[in-house]
Amino acid sequence: MSRYISNTALQQEEMLKEIGLNSLEELFRDIPKEVRLKQNLNLPEALSEMDLLKHLKALAGRNNNLEDNICFLGAGVYDHFIPSVIDTLISRQEFYTAYTPYQPEFSQGTLQAIFEFQTMMCELTGMEISNASMYDGASALAEAMLMACQAVKRDEVLVASSVHPESREVLKTYARARGIKVKEIGFINGTLDLEELKSAISSATAALLVQYPNFLGAIESLPTLAEIAHNNKALFVVSADPIALALLKSPGECGADIVVGEGQSLGNPLSFGGPHLGFFCATEKLLRKMPGRIVGQTTDKKGRRSFTLTIQAREQHIRREKATSNICSNHALNALTATIYLTLLGKEGLKEVAYLCLQKAHYAMEQITKLPGFDPLYTAPFFKEFAVKTPVSPEDLNANLLESKIIGGYPLQKVYPELKNTWLLAVTEKRTKEEIDLLVEKVGGK
Amino acid sequence: MAQNKQTPLIFEISQPGRKGYSLPPCDVPEKEVSELLPADFLREKPPLLPEVSELDTVRHFTRLSQRNYGVDAGFYPLGSCTMKYNPKVNEVVSRLSGFLHVHPYQAEETVQGCLQIMYELDRMLSEITGMDRFSLQPAAGAHGELAGLLAIKAYHTARGESRRTKIIVPDSAHGTNPASAAMAGFEVIQVKSNAQGGVDLDSLKAAVSPELAGLMLTNPNTLGLFDENITEIAEIIHAAGGLLYYDGANANAILGIARPGDMGFDVVHLNLHKTFSTPHGGGGPGSGPVGVKKDLIPFLPKPLVEFRDGKYYLDGDLPLSLGKVRSFYGNFTVMVKAYAYILSLGAKGLKEVSENAVLNANYLLQKLKGLFLLPYDRICMHECVFSGQNYHSQGVAVLDIAKRLLDYGYHPPTIYFPLIVQEALMLEPTETESKETLDEFIAALKAIVEEIQTDPELVRSAPYSTVVQRLDEAAAARHPKLRWQPETNK
Repeated sequence: MSRYISNTALQQEEMLKEIGLNSLEELFRDIPKEVRLKQNLNLPEALSEMDLLKHLKALAGRNNNLEDNICFLGAGVYDHFIPSVIDTLISRQEFYTAYTPYQPEFSQGTLQAIFEFQTMMCELTGMEISNASMYDGASALAEAMLMACQAVKRDEVLVASSVHPESREVLKTYARARGIKVKEIGFINGTLDLEELKSAISSATAALLVQYPNFLGAIESLPTLAEIAHNNKALFVVSADPIALALLKSPGECGADIVVGEGQSLGNPLSFGGPHLGFFCATEKLLRKMPGRIVGQTTDKKGRRSFTLTIQAREQHIRREKATSNICSNHALNALTATIYLTLLGKEGLKEVAYLCLQKAHYAMEQITKLPGFDPLYTAPFFKEFAVKTPVSPEDLNANLLESKIIGGYPLQKVYPELKNTWLLAVTEKRTKEEIDLLVEKVGGK
Repeated sequence: MAQNKQTPLIFEISQPGRKGYSLPPCDVPEKEVSELLPADFLREKPPLLPEVSELDTVRHFTRLSQRNYGVDAGFYPLGSCTMKYNPKVNEVVSRLSGFLHVHPYQAEETVQGCLQIMYELDRMLSEITGMDRFSLQPAAGAHGELAGLLAIKAYHTARGESRRTKIIVPDSAHGTNPASAAMAGFEVIQVKSNAQGGVDLDSLKAAVSPELAGLMLTNPNTLGLFDENITEIAEIIHAAGGLLYYDGANANAILGIARPGDMGFDVVHLNLHKTFSTPHGGGGPGSGPVGVKKDLIPFLPKPLVEFRDGKYYLDGDLPLSLGKVRSFYGNFTVMVKAYAYILSLGAKGLKEVSENAVLNANYLLQKLKGLFLLPYDRICMHECVFSGQNYHSQGVAVLDIAKRLLDYGYHPPTIYFPLIVQEALMLEPTETESKETLDEFIAALKAIVEEIQTDPELVRSAPYSTVVQRLDEAAAARHPKLRWQPETNK
């Protein structure tokens, strides 16, 4: 028997006897013969723990990791510093081996942490309510679209083409399923094309969806966009970088109705793309239309403050096909990670991270555009990520940089065919002046 | 869970000027922020985040953890959730730097190890379920359902049959099934269960039509019963031009025993966080890979991992694909844990999983028969469902029994689900528990039943030993307080 099974062969026999069966085989007598598996599964031989570790270490060794490489790649997920405290705390079994907090008396830890998470996300985004998290930023944006369409009872949305390409793809998948029309609005100098927006928006528009800062690194002027959306009685949906919100005006202040985003930057490792978390905040008005778990405060029989899942009449286990969403499991442990991160960094620390990103990204932009043939792609304000024109293909630059253990930027042509020879670089607080100078030196030496 | 003292909110222990972080000084020439960003873009009022020390943080979250209960602490027979032991080596390997600190957009030649794991996991899950191909992109079970249903939709559409807009769901199904079908733009038709707890074939035959897109089925179903008519069900659906969707939430019963692919299912999702031992994390992250038969491969989410000339690569060139259901490739480090689990067990070990899961469930069923009503008295699979209606006359609801179990130190079973059983009590012991654990749990339930006879109020008012007692949930919903506010929230 494997080490994960506790019953001994003798106990198995005793239990079978108790049940009134003679063999394990008889347990499966309800499965018709014709669908029983006749042979063993064709899987690799079981590995001992030692061999398993060896095998997985070898596989991990086939990847370039960001501890041994210098990363200037962002494009939606970022190489921010992760304090050591986080893994210690999220590795506590009481957190990670628990289920969704259905029994509040046994789950106050998870519930209170989510309540704190909801508070922090409301503070960052400037919104009134938050849910307990979503799978990622992209699916959160798609759910925001569904919620907006339901709330204003229209079935067309406008999305900035400067929203993350993967988010736009997910948005379109969810939209197609429900018969929602998605129109893309282009950009000029990196930010939303206002003329195009004004001519596209109409009384059929349920929502305008933008990203802040956008995929190209540029910062949209939210109040202007909110006004245009609201003048058409459409909702204004913003997908925001939570780190940037320490420095930038909150979308709530700028008139957003729904604010979502990718929460990876808040203490979650890149993990080859997941698991991370999506956050989902809105105005109080939209509460009954929110997707996902929501934790509320109440009291117990003895009058003590306590926390519980609430407003559940929106959810699939109660409303079935009439639920606001099908989401059940969210990304609780990643939301806990974000909560611990925001606790450690706190009011000053998050600002400091944002400040360092801002300074370093601008230094990098300044240095790199001193090189011949490297020019800023846009003049719009940016935060930690920016696009430059390159004299050669960015793929070639990246291939060369890899030899110096530098992971270069994102070639924008991959998703914007017209943006040939353009390179999106992200500079977080982790990058040192030395590393930025090395990047510039290596690129310039080309 | 010794922490009976209330734990203040992190905001309430905040002290201006205290800090829990250490960042290096800015080493690039600094400019005024106003030089870099327009003034009207800047935030004036900072977010009200806590100001606490590192020790404050560690104590706070340690105390919160002490107000929680996990599988490592004890038995967690939550039906339909497969709360099995989460192997520690899987946690270790998923945290290797070469998995944890890898950017999803790195060049393919720098992520060969990640891609190999995804490629091999796809192959292993296909073998286990009898399917031809898996997409690992969905983040959770319900997300896998959505992806699978969208693949079904894309399949019908590609065949010029977009009239197929109806999905049949049995009344015993998980709530996510009808919710996912609605999200995928289908109309939901509910069919009844028969006296044996399976799909009622007459209702099923009456429900099929030229508009049928497919049937969503959990087998074993949510009653923990294997639907013996599965072959006939598959024939009815296929004859009507529909496809069969397998909700893999209960796959822990059939590893190495039977495969959805051999039962006639066309699409399957698995919950790596149930069947394949990855931890639930207090409500995620999970992972809900979706697998299909050959004809549906072109419709899977993109990209898929392929292998050619000794190299793994991402193939996003899938013109018929349903698209993407989330960013990047899925919950990768969760996949690593499931991959390590399958490699640790092999074919024989996986079969032992299901044998012991089913053995444990039947042992519970046998031993608890005298205590509760058994709506379907037959061999069960990995879980058993009772009704606690027999204590109604004493004024004790199944909720009360669940709450009293907390005092005995157990996480209660799932209650009030499936909906077709009154006062349902759904127990899933999983394979990792021992006979001794089950015996102790049975003894606890016996003791509670004793209490119901002698002092029902004791049970009705439980729990007593937990950090908080019963909550006023109605007040929570009526006057939603969903965040802390500095002034009012004391």
